[in-house]
Amino acid sequence: MTVNMTKGQAISLEKKDGGSLSAVRMGLGWKAAPRRGLFGSRTREIDLDASAVLFADKQPVDVVFFRHLVSDDGSVRHTGDNLVGGAGQGGDDEAILVDLARVPVHVDQIIFTVNSFTGQTFQEVQNAFCRLVDETTGQELARYTLDGGGEYTAQIMAKVHRSGSGWTLTALGVPAKGRTFQDLVPSILPIL
Amino acid sequence: MTAELVRGQNHPLSRNRIEIRISAAAPVLAGATLADESGRVRDGDGVAHPGAPTLPGIEVSRQAAAEHRLAVDLDAMPETVHRVSVLIALPAAPGGPLRFGALAAPRAAVTGLDGTEVAGYTLTGLDAESAVVALELYRRQAAWKIRAVGQGYADGLTALLTDQGLPQAAELARGIEEAVARGLARSVPARTADTDRSRRTAAPVTGPDLQGTASAAGSPYDVQTSGDSVGLPALSEGAAEMAPAPDGGRPPASGESGRLPASGGPGGASASGGPGGASASGGPGGTPDAVGSGLPAAATPTGGPIDYTHPKRRQASGPPAPEAPTSADGPAPPVAGDAVGWSMDERLYNQVWGMFEDLARSTAAYRSALDFAESRMEKELDQVLSDPRSRLGSVGDAAREAAEARQAQLVDQARAALDRDLAQLTAESEVVEPALPPEYARWDNPVWHGYRVPAEPPLAIRLGDLRLPESAPLRIPMLVRLPLERGLWIDSGVPDASRHEEAGELRHLALQSAVALTARLLAVHPAGEFGVQVIDPAGAGASALAPLTGAGALDAPPATGAAGVTGVLGRLTERVDLVQMAVRGGAPDALPPGLDTSRQLLIVNDFPHGFDDRAVTQLRYLADEGPDVGVHLLLVADREDAAAYGPLLDPLWRSLMRLTPVPDDHLADPWVGHAWTYEPCLVPPGSHVLQQVLTQVSAARTKRM
Repeated sequence: MTVNMTKGQAISLEKKDGGSLSAVRMGLGWKAAPRRGLFGSRTREIDLDASAVLFADKQPVDVVFFRHLVSDDGSVRHTGDNLVGGAGQGGDDEAILVDLARVPVHVDQIIFTVNSFTGQTFQEVQNAFCRLVDETTGQELARYTLDGGGEYTAQIMAKVHRSGSGWTLTALGVPAKGRTFQDLVPSILPIL
Repeated sequence: MTAELVRGQNHPLSRNRIEIRISAAAPVLAGATLADESGRVRDGDGVAHPGAPTLPGIEVSRQAAAEHRLAVDLDAMPETVHRVSVLIALPAAPGGPLRFGALAAPRAAVTGLDGTEVAGYTLTGLDAESAVVALELYRRQAAWKIRAVGQGYADGLTALLTDQGLPQAAELARGIEEAVARGLARSVPARTADTDRSRRTAAPVTGPDLQGTASAAGSPYDVQTSGDSVGLPALSEGAAEMAPAPDGGRPPASGESGRLPASGGPGGASASGGPGGASASGGPGGTPDAVGSGLPAAATPTGGPIDYTHPKRRQASGPPAPEAPTSADGPAPPVAGDAVGWSMDERLYNQVWGMFEDLARSTAAYRSALDFAESRMEKELDQVLSDPRSRLGSVGDAAREAAEARQAQLVDQARAALDRDLAQLTAESEVVEPALPPEYARWDNPVWHGYRVPAEPPLAIRLGDLRLPESAPLRIPMLVRLPLERGLWIDSGVPDASRHEEAGELRHLALQSAVALTARLLAVHPAGEFGVQVIDPAGAGASALAPLTGAGALDAPPATGAAGVTGVLGRLTERVDLVQMAVRGGAPDALPPGLDTSRQLLIVNDFPHGFDDRAVTQLRYLADEGPDVGVHLLLVADREDAAAYGPLLDPLWRSLMRLTPVPDDHLADPWVGHAWTYEPCLVPPGSHVLQQVLTQVSAARTKRM
């Protein structure tokens, strides 16, 4: 069942039967800018980008985004950049897959972020959402709605961090400003 | 957005009126079974098949065809139906294929009524199966979802229907077959090879070689030539090329995501995601031998149509076949050919590349964890030292010990993760290596003893083995696509002073590697489609070349002396020039009739000995322009010998893929850039396999002429 998460809420990714999640997907979807025709319409496309930053002991060690689609160890994969958005009906337009069992042992936190590459604030973007899905079953674990937000162009969505033998997901929803994840690193560091 | 499903994966359906499209390389029959909440099909009335094509909510085709469009209206389904299994089977047509392994992988896709694809699934990995459950639609909390199943049955439709819980499965299967036989006369012909190809290019998941083509010089390998800085720029260039994916296309690597069973990919799903769990590995796909050898399973009839009515499968009354390890957490046993592809060769190629990537990435994870552990320990030790209170006495010692223990613990964890991955890859390698066809196989593989001259040119070829220091003894076959995109250079130079091999011995070894590689190239091409010419200016390679000359595998004896060099280079240059003109002019038919258009390999021993400036220029022309028109270069040379040319020849060396006659770590992978140790494929000492193979090659050539 989908949980509409609120800020700061944490959910354990351990399953009821004791096993823990092995693969999760962060999906990002938004509605493409409306268009009347193709010629001369000067539509301002909306390009949101999902990124994941891998931290070991508060140091960024790897990042997965549209220019580096697979982490060096292969555990985190981006399915590719979407430059315009989709129908805005709930399908993922960008997704980042994390194979939790294969995350290198020293990586203890993975931060998911969303940036507006084209500069629109989330007020201008329709039907934008971000969700976390159990990749093995397709079940949605958590969902965030991004639109109706304030005058900001980025959001630090959530972190997945080690706790005990498994992983825990914490919803962050921290607004920030920036074009790519690099601009967000200063905002990320305090919440590690 | 179309979702490309892997076996076991599911996907939500946003609408209830859909079409299921099935495409196969040969006519297949399509049907569907409607099961209740407990997963049982009540009776024959719950099966939509060519003999009874319409049921409430679903309609299938009356006949076998290569393309099917099944109309499904899930709203019209009776409330009692909770699962719809879409099945395809090969009809028992005389002369038709008997098993899906003989065909390109069929594909099933769910589309909206307007034809937009919602999800697709390519049924890879089928072998002796003649009937398969492709997809299932199932209710989940009032909504419908779709799951990629891909469960095949070697014993055909009867076994499949029995497994669905139908009591009169055999009778029903016979009825279906009769209905198909009636319709077969009107069947749509199978797709041609051309449409196959267009589909292949359109397929979203391509082999990992795509990434290679995007990298610097068109090859997945980047040469890190010792002594200059070519390797690193080439690599970063490759990385930059990866960056733009403006079409939103998935990177090739992601096609392999989840290939390791632990990530819930196809491997893992086959153990845990099968329908009902019971038959998860009861199908023939579960036995590595059957699939691995690419041969029909022993129980499968090899001639005549499959008799659906007398299944060899035990009836439901008997105990089910020995169950697979049902533990969901253990990885599935590896299977050869467990990757996408349109033929077994392509699947193996993709699988080997997947193993290569997995090993590269696992090692990257291990190395980065080690680096991190090391730097953290140093930082902590620095803190201990900088604190005056802890500099002396037991507090400092304890802090130091704690830091070291933390480092050791992380290293142990990293090693355990690497060992887990290595064990899995080793197990995979153990089933994959014996299953490899000659072009991918080591010389000590028994497949060479059953060698026959092939009828088709190969997809790719093994140049050697690759390994990392952490991975010993696991070796990954180094496969490259044919035709080669770059020439090869076997380095006969002494790599560094610490090596004890004498220069002369290395030269001999280098030529031996060249001969083994040439023999392999000759053997895996159809007779007469691969010509080899040798330039050996000083005749120094006569003894090493003996296997080729002795078996009569060469077009002409090795050219010697300056005249020989000029003659061979002149002929090949002219050939490249003509073919290029014809291709660019769009008139390949206009070539002179005498011109041999087969692939050519030019071996040059001891370059630049015996070459004048004009010949060097011609060789560079061949290296640059030859690959596009099927003329390959294999240079056996010591770069030191060409030192007199200074930097003039650097572009030539850079354009060639450097291989070594002895193990040497100079090849970088396209993902992380580890330095891999390359080892050539040599014939085991005392083995006569090379001579035997070359004798057969020459015999086939003579017969053809």
